[in-house]
Amino acid sequence: MDKATALDLYRVMRTIRRFEQRSTQLFGENKIWGTIHSYAGEEAIAAGVCAHLRDDDWITSTHRGHGHCIAKRADLGRMFAELLGREAGYCRGRGGSMHIADTSKGNLGANGIVGGGIPIATGAALTAKQLGTDQVAVAFFGDGAANQGTFHESLNLAAIWKLPVLYVCENNQYAESLPVKRAFATEDIAKRAEGYGMPGVRVDGRDVRAVYGVAAEAVARARRGEGPTLIVADSYRHEGHYYGDPRKYQSKDEVEGWRERFDPVADARRWIAEDGLATEAELDAIDRKVDAEMEKGVAFAEASPLASPIRIPEEVYASH
Amino acid sequence: MQATETRTGVATREMFYNEALNDALRGEMRRDDRVLVIGEDIAEHGGAFQVTAGLLDEFGPTRVRQTPISEIGIVGAGVGAALTGLRPVVELMYVDFAGLAMDQILNQAAQNRFMFGGQARVPLVVRTQGGSGRGNAAQHSKSLEAWFTHVPGLKVVMPATPADAKGLLTASIRDDDPVMFIEHKLLYRTKGQVPEGEHLVPLGVADVKRRGKDLTIVSWSREVLFALEAATKLAADGVDAEVIDLRTLVPLDKDAVLSSVRRTHRLLVLHEAVKRGGYGAEIAATIAEEAFDDLDAPPRRLAGLETPIPYAQHLEKSVVPQVEDIVRVAKEMLS
Repeated sequence: MDKATALDLYRVMRTIRRFEQRSTQLFGENKIWGTIHSYAGEEAIAAGVCAHLRDDDWITSTHRGHGHCIAKRADLGRMFAELLGREAGYCRGRGGSMHIADTSKGNLGANGIVGGGIPIATGAALTAKQLGTDQVAVAFFGDGAANQGTFHESLNLAAIWKLPVLYVCENNQYAESLPVKRAFATEDIAKRAEGYGMPGVRVDGRDVRAVYGVAAEAVARARRGEGPTLIVADSYRHEGHYYGDPRKYQSKDEVEGWRERFDPVADARRWIAEDGLATEAELDAIDRKVDAEMEKGVAFAEASPLASPIRIPEEVYASH
Repeated sequence: MQATETRTGVATREMFYNEALNDALRGEMRRDDRVLVIGEDIAEHGGAFQVTAGLLDEFGPTRVRQTPISEIGIVGAGVGAALTGLRPVVELMYVDFAGLAMDQILNQAAQNRFMFGGQARVPLVVRTQGGSGRGNAAQHSKSLEAWFTHVPGLKVVMPATPADAKGLLTASIRDDDPVMFIEHKLLYRTKGQVPEGEHLVPLGVADVKRRGKDLTIVSWSREVLFALEAATKLAADGVDAEVIDLRTLVPLDKDAVLSSVRRTHRLLVLHEAVKRGGYGAEIAATIAEEAFDDLDAPPRRLAGLETPIPYAQHLEKSVVPQVEDIVRVAKEMLS
């Protein structure tokens, strides 16, 4: 991997991690309403896949969606503004953490319904096919969503129509509180792809190089008009299902220690240095730049006016 | 079929309701490459009620996308396609199957625009049909429009005549919001004069199907035909009923109902869907709130019994309002 790619992947992952730390802090300060779901631990997946996407390619995301937004080049200030219920937020305070969309960058939205985005990405891929463009769509979803009906119906449709879509299943080991071992009788979710007649690839979702490589092939295949791919990335969620989850379904050792043992951002830092792609000083400089951008984003959000009250029905319908 | 000329100079042709819908689809697909139809049995078979008959021959399999039996998958694909630049018309064969697709209708299509702060448009039409009268029993005969009227973000359209079917479907396809377009299975083989060429009926405009001065009957879909038949019978007994066809439940043409009730001073809301929680309650409550002093009698609702639709023909008829029921209730209101 060349230096520029490696450092960009690192920057994106580090940005996601810092965003999650910072939003957790803001939540603790009672500045965020509702709930947030941290993507910490899964950064390599969004970064590795979205590195291959253009602004006119589409993604659908999940309730754990901050990472996908950032990897699809969302503006941090507008993301924080959304979390803080400000007019400058991506959804002007109407959506919040679970519904950030940025249609200008092809982000068709995070989704509070598990598996809700899978058919929508499939439909976006249908648009590309119908209009004869080389755009691709990516559905990000978790292991939990792989057991929803939308997974089955969408993968089958995409396969029979050879749609340019990637189904990226982020196996973070838990569907809310249910461990994957109790939700699947198979060890390898990617094997399901065979039943739909599409390639299925299982990848180490902790290693951004591996994700980047697998996604490169799947995106190229989609752009060539050869159809969909299912990618299952084995990963791990550092935090509970949501901010404040008491995590009664996990051991003390896991709650306290596993985030250190499974850290794709620290891994990337290590191999970038070991492979001689960048010095510690260069990586530190990236960290400082990311942290500064983050504070700029938070400051922007905090300085933004509160979202203006809802005008009905002007906002509900495009025409009325 | 013979072409005729209306007073306004628009050429019309007698058509069945399903032919009028087909005419609308064909017209919009010719006019706009982004329009495509997606659904089960819609290609060679022409749709369960022949609404898409012949479209495959003219537009080919990429614009007439026949699908596996995957209701949430195809409605969801319609949402995604609509969000990204197409204008899909998805056919749900029976409104009773909406339960299988409901998340994509309720949580996705209806809410994307609002939830994303106005960034999104979802120009999706879900064409479906409901109603009883064909012995299809409880899982293929429901009238579920009230479900959809309860969801901000959806528009709900229910044409009663061939001309309105064509004009409203055309307008729905050109609309930038998700539309639940609910046909009635017993209307497909009803005939009427339909304007040829481009014909648009704007959403949110009710139609006074019969002028009258003694009471206002507000209805939609197949019951409009029953109301007109009842009005003819009532006229013979000296009762002059006005019949308003809402045509679109959302947006609601409240003014049309209000101005009628202010003239007739009596309101009867009539629908096939079960009475409890039905859209008739919304109309009756609206009139009670806004025109109470104009009323000479309490608003009445005549609607389906609170049961699933039974199979046998005589039982099926017994649970939804029939012409004689309308005549009886109207007379009660005037006595």
